[in-house]
Amino acid sequence: MSGDKFEFLLRMGDTTLILGHRLSEWCGKAPVLEEDIALANTALDLIGQTQMWLGLAAEVEGKGRSADDLAMLRDAWDFRCALLVEQPNGDFGRTIMRQYLFDQWHILALGALKANADERIAAIAAKAEKEVTYHVERSADLVVGLGDGTEESHGRMQAALDLLYPYVGEFFDTDAADQAAGFDPASLRDAYDTALTATMAEATLTLPDSRFAHKGGRTGQRHSEHLGHLLTEMQWLQRAYPGASW
Amino acid sequence: MTDQQEWPLWEIFIRGQHGASHRHVGSLHAPDAEMAIKHARDVYTRRKEGVSIWAVPSAAIAASSPSKKGPMYDPAEDKTYRHPTFFDIPKEVGPM
Repeated sequence: MSGDKFEFLLRMGDTTLILGHRLSEWCGKAPVLEEDIALANTALDLIGQTQMWLGLAAEVEGKGRSADDLAMLRDAWDFRCALLVEQPNGDFGRTIMRQYLFDQWHILALGALKANADERIAAIAAKAEKEVTYHVERSADLVVGLGDGTEESHGRMQAALDLLYPYVGEFFDTDAADQAAGFDPASLRDAYDTALTATMAEATLTLPDSRFAHKGGRTGQRHSEHLGHLLTEMQWLQRAYPGASW
Repeated sequence: MTDQQEWPLWEIFIRGQHGASHRHVGSLHAPDAEMAIKHARDVYTRRKEGVSIWAVPSAAIAASSPSKKGPMYDPAEDKTYRHPTFFDIPKEVGPM
């Protein structure tokens, strides 16, 4: 039972960790200074949430590992992040589309989790929800602005949606690990679809018909090849200089 | 690059936790007013600097001309009686 809850906590923490790292890759390179700072802020919010999720995961596991150990000293097959957040940044439009597709799920998930029977989970969700309320407002605005923008930006956003939408389905599979934590992501799908449909309509973008979904990230069965490359960069310092700190 | 249109410039005013009025903190680029507020939130309130944000299009600000500095401000120089330092302000009035 505690093993399953550990799995669930890894899913939350690994997903925010990997997306936070992906966003940090934009630091100093975003199209405009204002977006550069906004992306870095979001990255830092997600890393902060990671500390809480993985900190609790380490506590629940009870093997003396810390959040840092979990983040920096596991290999790809032990990660439980959703496939969506492993996907490379691509152009700015693709990064924003990935962000919105995640944020929209994230806000609904946190809304459900803040009523969790485990007070520790509820507390993390309540704290993260404030940050994510802003994330989703921002990313939805940008999806609308770019989707309903120029021919160029519209084309890029539609391409990003077509590419990334197949990674959405995975978020809504409820299994034993989710149930052990009293979390039922499948129950969020209707609200997600309603929000997505409204945003994409405003953005003049077309949601793909197919519900085909890549799976295996949250269960750890099959990550994309991108995760290993990301970890190589993210974990390099701790691997090369074990225990190094500020 | 050359025909790329820059986003318009906005002046950002922020009222701090205990501040009574909004203060100018800087400027930034944004496509519209809503994004200007969002950018201001991200750029200027990262360390809890504020509880309220104003964004004003920079083009809407009328500024005095630096070349008229002399006639504009020098005449006030020797008129110390304009400073209210000669009055005792009753405590009940509070900060002015």
